[in-house]
Amino acid sequence: MIEIWDLHCHLSGVTGNTPEGRLAKLLEFADRMGIARLCIFMGMEWSYDPSPEKIRQENDEVLRALRHFPDRVLGFVYLNPKHTQASLDELNRCVRDGPMVGVKLWVAQHCNAPELDPLIARATELKAVVFQHTWLKVTGNLPGESTPMELAELAARHPQATIICGHSGGDWERGLRAIRPHKNVYADLGGGDPTAGFTEVAVRELGPERVLYGSDVGGRSFASQLAKVIGADISESAKRLILGENLKRLLQPICKQKGIRL
Amino acid sequence: MGLATASVAAMNTARHSEKLIDVNVNLSRWPLRRVRYDDTAALVAMLRSLGVAKAWTGSFDALLHKDSSAVNTWLSGECRRHGHGLLVPFGSINPKSPDWEEDLRRCAEEHRMPGIRLHPNYHGYKLDDPDFVRLLKLAVERGLVVQLALLMEDERMMHPVLRVEVVDTGPLAHVVKQTPGLRLILLNALGKLHAQPLLNLIAAGEVYVEISMLEGVGGIANLLAQVPVNRVLLGSYAPLFYFESALLKLKESPLSEAHLKALRHENAQRLLGNHF
Repeated sequence: MIEIWDLHCHLSGVTGNTPEGRLAKLLEFADRMGIARLCIFMGMEWSYDPSPEKIRQENDEVLRALRHFPDRVLGFVYLNPKHTQASLDELNRCVRDGPMVGVKLWVAQHCNAPELDPLIARATELKAVVFQHTWLKVTGNLPGESTPMELAELAARHPQATIICGHSGGDWERGLRAIRPHKNVYADLGGGDPTAGFTEVAVRELGPERVLYGSDVGGRSFASQLAKVIGADISESAKRLILGENLKRLLQPICKQKGIRL
Repeated sequence: MGLATASVAAMNTARHSEKLIDVNVNLSRWPLRRVRYDDTAALVAMLRSLGVAKAWTGSFDALLHKDSSAVNTWLSGECRRHGHGLLVPFGSINPKSPDWEEDLRRCAEEHRMPGIRLHPNYHGYKLDDPDFVRLLKLAVERGLVVQLALLMEDERMMHPVLRVEVVDTGPLAHVVKQTPGLRLILLNALGKLHAQPLLNLIAAGEVYVEISMLEGVGGIANLLAQVPVNRVLLGSYAPLFYFESALLKLKESPLSEAHLKALRHENAQRLLGNHF
């Protein structure tokens, strides 16, 4: 039986007035789809360029939700590279001293900027994986929104880091090519339309060990994103890796260090 | 068999008693990429294996080919040659093309199509265009269902030389109200059309939506909290989308058996009536 782990979940786009209420709702749907574990990051309301106070508030919401479902959910700490020291402090608070196992970077700062270097270095010391949102929009990216090519630059500077290319750049035919040479970069399938061929190309270009199922719920559905793997013309063993085994392998070192049972 | 794989297979076991009608399928090739099921025989085999009894089918060729009559003739023939009635052709009409009325006549009289499919953003007109309004009236006179595609791919990732705007539905509610008898299905709509604009359209007349681009966790349940179940249809947008997406959406939301039946086939069957 395949154990499904969802790399990419949020507390936004879900009904409920509290973080734990929203997470409980997400888990109801996850149960219907046979998903064993969720990774969550960012709070109930988002900001493109959050202040240190806002980052702390969002991470507190995730920590609060995690406390209610420690066996089902893992957390990533949300950081803003523009606030380097505050982000390092938050990384220590939530990962070194707390239960979180990864880092989430969104659209505050292009990810090839030097401000990211101390954060990636510290995350790597802590064995935390780094999830960086990326997109390639013909309509124009947001001011601080990263491209997969910028992520490739970051990955080249940090070969020991484990870096996940969020959304595979959206425009996955180009995004997957941009990250292909960097063996420490993994492709997140989540967050775009369930366009046929995405997963097959990711497996062809990166190998199944570098491809991760994620949904981007609540904005997306589990259904449309699971379909990218279930409906793909790839082997059953590749599906097994993508749906859970790869993520479990990446998180195993930090979870073992923290005594989290996988 | 894996858990997720098993969940799809479990749904398939119901296919003989709970046939599926997919109202959003396309033949031929997506202009920008080969996809797994862009061969008609393979597409039919896949659809049948997943429980589809009828697929309302247009052609990707309709987007860019100027000779829509040839597109519709090929579509009609392809639907006849494959699937033993599984594929139901919906021809394309471009109301900005000279003598489009003849294309409409051929769809109805020669190809015996039950409906037509429109692509306003690829064919260059807005929904308050008098030719579009007239096309709807003529479709009603011929008893044709009208499918209107709001978009064909995420506009953020379009090819830079093939960019089109998402169809603006602003004028549509008014047009629907002025076209009594119109049966209109909005395709690929629910990624962009939400809340009051969606409700206004549903209330304007006999307007339906399908779920291929519906998103959000528990999406169908959320939709049915706003839109009457008899206005919602199953659509996969195969083969450009993985067909399993539509199927799994039926599983993700907790739905009553009556609602599942309505979505799987009853609503679509009622729309086409004696074509089944």
